[in-house]
This record gives sequence, structure tokens and C-alpha cells, in this order.
Amino acid sequence: MMGVNRRDFLRIAGLTAAIGMGGKTAVDLLWPGQLDAAEGGIEGWWKSKTPENPLYPGDLARGKEIPNPGELTAKRWGMALDMRKFTADSRAAVIKACNEVHNVPSIPGNQNIKWIWETSFGHAFPDLEQEYMDNEVHDLPFLVLCNHCDNPPCVRVCPTKATFRRQDGIVMMDMHRCIGCRFCMAACPFGSRSFNFADPRKFFPEGKESNPTYPTRTKGVVEKCTFCTERLAKGELPACVEVSGGAMLFGDMADSGSPVRQALRTRYAIRRKNELGTAPQVYYLI
Amino acid sequence: MLEKALKGEPRYWAWVVFLLVVIGAGFGAYLVQYNEGLTITGMSRDVTWGFYIAQFTFLVGVAASAVMLVLPYYLHHYKAFGRITILGEFLAISAVTMCLLFIVVDLGRPMRLMNVLLHPTPNSILFWDMVVLNGYLFINLFVGWAALGAERKELPPPKWTKPLIYLSIPWAVSIHTVTAFLYAGLPGRGFWLTAIMAPRFLASAFAAGPAVLIMLAFLVKKLTKFDAGKEAIESLAKIITYAIILHLFFFFLEVFTVTYSAIPGHLSHLQYLYFGLHGHPSNVMPLMWLALTCGFTSIALLIVPKWRQNHKILLPAVILVFICTWIDKGIGMISGGFVPNPLHEITEYAPTGLELMITFGVYAVGALVLTILYKTAITVKQYKELT
Repeated sequence: MMGVNRRDFLRIAGLTAAIGMGGKTAVDLLWPGQLDAAEGGIEGWWKSKTPENPLYPGDLARGKEIPNPGELTAKRWGMALDMRKFTADSRAAVIKACNEVHNVPSIPGNQNIKWIWETSFGHAFPDLEQEYMDNEVHDLPFLVLCNHCDNPPCVRVCPTKATFRRQDGIVMMDMHRCIGCRFCMAACPFGSRSFNFADPRKFFPEGKESNPTYPTRTKGVVEKCTFCTERLAKGELPACVEVSGGAMLFGDMADSGSPVRQALRTRYAIRRKNELGTAPQVYYLI
Repeated sequence: MLEKALKGEPRYWAWVVFLLVVIGAGFGAYLVQYNEGLTITGMSRDVTWGFYIAQFTFLVGVAASAVMLVLPYYLHHYKAFGRITILGEFLAISAVTMCLLFIVVDLGRPMRLMNVLLHPTPNSILFWDMVVLNGYLFINLFVGWAALGAERKELPPPKWTKPLIYLSIPWAVSIHTVTAFLYAGLPGRGFWLTAIMAPRFLASAFAAGPAVLIMLAFLVKKLTKFDAGKEAIESLAKIITYAIILHLFFFFLEVFTVTYSAIPGHLSHLQYLYFGLHGHPSNVMPLMWLALTCGFTSIALLIVPKWRQNHKILLPAVILVFICTWIDKGIGMISGGFVPNPLHEITEYAPTGLELMITFGVYAVGALVLTILYKTAITVKQYKELT
């Protein structure tokens, strides 16, 4: 039906009746770009509704025409974790690198901050675990982090657009706008977000931040993995990818030649909670 | 009219001072939270909402239940509610005030509250909740105050209140529906992901709100001789009876879908609440069973008209309704939703002392608002009746 499914047809018909003009015109006037987005069904529709943060008008997020010299850019960033290549050492190195680069405090107890951490297969993929699965896979610790969903529920629920999706797909946090309502944490189906219950500066391992060039956070805001936007802007890969010894791949999901896409063509990969339709952009190569 | 609240017996002032002391203590506790952060609460990375948001949810229901008086009185001209409707409207004002305060004390960065207005985000349900709650507060303030002012001058309520009163009826439904939508639209939270959340919220609210109102009416009668009227109480009791039955019926519908389908992501939360999970007994289990017991007992007491009309039975019955619905929303909703977490891990939640002090502080603010409004309303009404 020329790319117009029943849902779109009903919406267009309803609007036409209500407004009394050509349906497509009406929709385009009300929500520019909606019709194209709606081709992707409800996911595409939500994505088109996903707010971007107006605080970053010149940001890569807005499709800036001239990026910084050497800046890494993509249509949609994605990541693949090669579970066969990880070792205990590389997993530890990855976590350590991330924590150090981003001044992630080590807070004892259950009010802690986690950007990337280790968990079991059953916790990472509760719906895929079964009694008789391959022991090797089952007992392998999995690294989990923000999935930078293509259709992020956290962004949908944020009442201030403090968390938003950049045009390159990275789900970002504006720490200066967050009111600390923690709605995004209730919405995230992956437990990828952390709240600063206390002042994180009190919990730096060495007593002060490990990376003076990266901002520390205040109490009362939510934080999470950012795919190292600050490093991409300088032409560097995310810190975890850099130290992973080739176990983590990073690239443009829209580019069929990117390392992630190449790996996904030949290897079986799974995503966390695929059935929820959030379209995670972190893939696990089994 | 507010000056009526400035004249009272020593008993009245003792109560006001007591509330001020509780508010002061709560404010002190809040200052600690403001300085230290929400770390002073029992909340965690896994259970990110706690007592504050639970009380907020419960009180939205109490506020919405004013519609159970407004609708029969204004829409169906049910005269028996003539004396009690104002009490319901003022209870709604006090409840919404507490709701807004509970949101504020729950924020990690309360000073940035206005960001919700500076960066309005229509795709966030929290944005709409703010819109409907504030709207409801003002509708009830205007309507209640204008009606009382007119009554004092022995005039009919001003004409401009009529459309507002009609608006307040769907608006009351909206505040609890939108509050249910805060929870019911989140992927990956199986306990909340249910279309019956809003009707369940409304049913329990229409039981809990009138139950609070009956308790208040009894108290007011004892303290001031202001009688809401036998028929009004009986009608309210009838409403509560239907609503508490509906509440438990909706709960049964939820239990059926979840247990018969047996999908783990939905089932595990109910299991946790009522039986514990993976051999780990939950800390709310006794309360959850207590809520069910109270609910069923209250139905047994309320369903027989003779018993329901006997105030010696009605009072304990509505207290049971209150306990049942309060545990359901004030405890089970939050614990059940967040445990187990998205990674199927169990982190339990229990409020801390400071968290409870802040909670009592907010409740005391609500009680103070209610006291002042009731004192004004009852003085006006009694003065009118004496002359």
C-alpha cells in the first residue's frame, strides 16, 4: 500500500476529517517529518518524537555540517562485544578504563554508580537463559552498559529533555538540566542508569578525580555511559573499546563497511530484551 | 473568610501547634536530605522510588475521590451531600498539596523544579501529571472557596463556578489516570505494564478517599457537633462498598492474567510480594497479606446494609478499607514494581527514619491545610445555621 500502513491511514484520515485539509499536508504541518518516520511503524513514530536537547544547537547531535577536524562521526553509533575474545583481564581493564576516564566513584552498598559492569548471562539476558544451554556461554561474565537504544524509553519519559538522543544515536545526559526525578531509571529496562544519591566526589578512589579533564557530577543527578562522546569529538574511540584488546567493536550502524556491521554479517549476535522494541545498539557476538 | 481559622479553643490551637512541631521536625529532616542528598533514604540504584512517590500515588487517589461527592451533588442534585461536599473538596485540596510536596521532596535537584516548565516535554507523562495536578488544585480552590463564600452571604454559588464544577468531574478522573500512566507505560517493568492500572487506581481511590472522609466526618462531629448528615454517611458507605469490591475484583483480574499466562517477567513481581522470590522471603509479605485480609473483612462488614448503617461497625470497616488501600499503593505498588530489578536481582527497600520524618512532615502540612480549611468551612456553616 505504498508504504502507508493501517495505523498511518487511520491517523491521516482522522486528521483530515478533523482539520479539513489534505491529510499529508495536515500531518506535515503539525509534525514535520512525521510521515517519513512513521514508515518504521510505532518505533519510527516514537523515534521521530524523541526530543533532542536544544542546549546543543551546534552539536554533532544536530547534524553539524563541519565536524571538528578529526572528529569521529556516524549516522548511528553502535557497538559489538565479541564474547569469544574477552578474557578476565580485558574485562577488568575495560571497566577500569571507563571508571577512570569518567571519574566514576566507587560507592559501597546499593546506592552505587555503574557505567559498565560484569554480570552473569542469566542477569543480562533473563529471557534467554535455559537449563541446558552451553556451559561455556552460561558461565561467561557479560559486560553490560547503556544500550543507546534507537527507541529509548528513558528519553521518552524525561520531563525536561535532560536525557536526549543525539542525531548520531547516542543517548546523552545533560547533568545541568536533570532535576533528579529518576523517571528515566524506572523506564530503562536494562538497569543502565545510576543516580547520585550522595556527592560522588566523596567517593573517588584516590580522594580526587582520576581524570581532571572530565567533569565530575553533583549529587542529585542521573548518569550513565555516553559512548565517550568527549573522546569521539577528539577522534578517539571509546575508552572501553580502546583497551578491550579487540573484543569490543565500535562503528557506524548505517555503514555496511563498519567493523560492527562486518562482524554482525558473519557472527550470531544477540541483543538484550529485543522483544521490548527499544532497539538496543549494543550487540553481543556469541 | 480565613480569619475564621484564627479564632479557636485552646484544643484547636494545641492541635495546630502540634502539627507545626511535626512540620518543623520534617523540615529539619529535609534539610539533612537537602545537604546530604537522597542517600539518607532507603532508596537504591535498583529501587529508585520509595515512600515519597508511593504516598504521592496514594494521595492522588484521595484527591480524585472528591468526584464521588461532586458528581452526585452537582450533576444529580443529590441534596444529602449538601453539607459534606465542601469537606470532600477541601480534602482534595489538602491531598493535592501533599502530592506536590511529595514530588518536590523526592527530587534530586529540587531547585531545578522549574525546568519542567522551562523545557516543557509533552511526551513525558510527568509533564502531564504536573499539568493535571496543578489544574485540579486550582479548580478545587476556586470552586470550594466560592461556594463557601456564597453560602456565608446566603447566596447561591456564583454562576462562573458551574463550568468549573463540571470540568472538575473528568479532571478528577484524569489526575489518577495520568498518575497510573506514569507507571503503566514503561517497558520492562512487568508489574506495572498493565492496562488495568488506571481503573484499579480509580477503584481503590474511590474506596480510600470516601473512607478517609467518613473518618474525618466522625471526628468533626465529635469535635464540633457539625453533622454531615446520616444519609450522606450512608451513601458514602455504599460508594465505599462498591469501590472496595471493585478494587479487589480488579486485583483478581490482574492475578488471573499474570498467573495463568505465567510469563516470568510479570509473575515474578507478584511472587515476590506475596510469597518471596528464589527462596528469599520479601520484607513486605506480611503487609501484603494483611492488606488482603483487611480488604475482605471490610467487604464482609460493609456488604450487609444493617451493619453498614451501624456506625460502630462502619468506623472499623472504613479503617480496614483505608489500611487495605494504603498498603496496596503506599507499599506494594513501589516494592512490587522495582523488585526484582530489570536484571532479575533482588534489592529490597525499606524507608529510613529520616525518610519517615520527612513523610510525616508532609502529612502534617496536609493536616494543617485541612484543619484551617475545615475550621473555616464549619464555622461558616454553623454560624449560618445558628442565625
